[in-house]
Amino acid sequence: MSAWDAIVIGAGPAGLAAASVLAERGANALLIDEQPAPGGQIYRGIEQLAATRPGLLAVLGPDYAHGADLVQRFRASGAAYLPGSTVWQVTPEREVWLSGAGRSARHDAKAILLATGAMERPVPVPGWTLPGVMTAGAVQILLKSSGLRADAPLVLAGSGPLLYLLAQQCLAAGARLSAILDTTSAANERAALAHLPAAVVGGGLPYLRKGLQLRKAIAKGGVKWVRHVTKLRIEGTDAATAITFESKGRTERLPAALVALHEGVIPAQQMTRALGLDHSWDAVAQCFRPAVDAWGNSAIPGILVAGDSAGIGGARAAEHAGRLAGLEILRHLGRIDGAARDRLAASDRRGLAAHLAVRPFLDRLYAPPPDILRPADEVTICRCEEITAGAVRAVVAQGCQGPNQAKSFLRCGMGPCQGRLCGPTVTSVIAGALARPEAEVGYFRIRPPLKPVTLGELADMDAVE
Amino acid sequence: MFQRIDPGAAPGLRLDFEGRTISAEAGDTVAAALLAAGVGWFRETPVGNRARGPYCMMGVCFDCLVEIDGVPNRQACMVTVADGMRVRRQHGARDSA
Repeated sequence: MSAWDAIVIGAGPAGLAAASVLAERGANALLIDEQPAPGGQIYRGIEQLAATRPGLLAVLGPDYAHGADLVQRFRASGAAYLPGSTVWQVTPEREVWLSGAGRSARHDAKAILLATGAMERPVPVPGWTLPGVMTAGAVQILLKSSGLRADAPLVLAGSGPLLYLLAQQCLAAGARLSAILDTTSAANERAALAHLPAAVVGGGLPYLRKGLQLRKAIAKGGVKWVRHVTKLRIEGTDAATAITFESKGRTERLPAALVALHEGVIPAQQMTRALGLDHSWDAVAQCFRPAVDAWGNSAIPGILVAGDSAGIGGARAAEHAGRLAGLEILRHLGRIDGAARDRLAASDRRGLAAHLAVRPFLDRLYAPPPDILRPADEVTICRCEEITAGAVRAVVAQGCQGPNQAKSFLRCGMGPCQGRLCGPTVTSVIAGALARPEAEVGYFRIRPPLKPVTLGELADMDAVE
Repeated sequence: MFQRIDPGAAPGLRLDFEGRTISAEAGDTVAAALLAAGVGWFRETPVGNRARGPYCMMGVCFDCLVEIDGVPNRQACMVTVADGMRVRRQHGARDSA
């Protein structure tokens, strides 16, 4: 089997930018993506939408439309592209095993860039497993990829930029948005102020301006907007029917057939964990991120990570980081030398710094509330195996020292999602119960296959040539 | 639950859900098509037999697992609708096949 110069995993902004720069400079590059079309989650459906749904493009706004340029450049770059392909194993020997259209295959490369992006932080509140409760990202994906808007009472609950963007998009799309329950605390608002000057000076003004514009649009839309909300609880037996919450010391209840939860995004860890990379704990953003250098190099030679999967910076930062990693791979391949890499990287370095300038402010402002990280005993934290926070605390009280022991005792993290959705909470709950830092408590050991693959598919794999 | 902003923007398709015909549009995922047709829950959990529907819509949560054309445990949010697809809910645990 002939090796690719580079394999890029994930066709969001980081992956598209990296694959483009690699192919443009003559590298034999392959971009692999799980979705049927390029764009990642942020620019999802951009090609189809730009061609067939101009009205919807206007609803989604200019930041979304930017994705069209990125995808166009990628399409023109000559990079090979495998959409609809799920990577289920990546090895330190730079093999990528994937499944697409019911067949599995192995591809080897001299360098691999993981650009697998982010996932929304789990928001374990009572009732979050009920049908009708989704993430804010899920509601936005329905809008982007199928032009669907809520026509039953929709409540957005949580905090973070995506929540406000989605609220504005729902209003523009004529969705039945009945309320925004904003969990951003007054303490966060005060603490974030200290980071505001650096954000303004460093290049974060466009973000701050956009935030203010979104707030203005939401206020103008006349939708009920409750601030400093705590104690979210979703009611219903077979589906969501209502949401209760506290604000200013009073408990309120709103009917809701649809609830969109959001408490920010965190790096998708499955692949970086399975490769055994070191991860550090970000105490402000309350999430793990893999250890990489300024070019995206991990501790394993030829394995790089860029974009939100290396630490949350947003779509535009990811695009710059993807190009930087692409240039570094070109240097690995001997196609450019270090001096050329540095010269070619100059504008992306500046762009990356400018787009990251607002992060300390945003991270502090939208730091997740404590009861999301360490929910009450009654709350289900492992959706697959239906394990509560209390059950995890009970095994800790019996001497369980970490997530992997908890997994053996309780099966949390052993269901179909393979710990993607309970892992962050299990770590935080155990850290709380042991009064030890999350970095010490660690995370689930992640093993391949990273996504389900049938035995038949494995058996049918071509012998390695 | 959800309605289309611009019905007919993409070519129409049909799929069979539990014996009933549901209309979809080209480019829909199975999950989007079912939600657009008012299907709120997709499966009952193996542990507590509780109803679940799509949560993340991006392949992370596995709560939208359904049977598609006889194959169980497919992520409805990751599979694009093809005309004539047969989709069924999942009840409890799968048989090991």
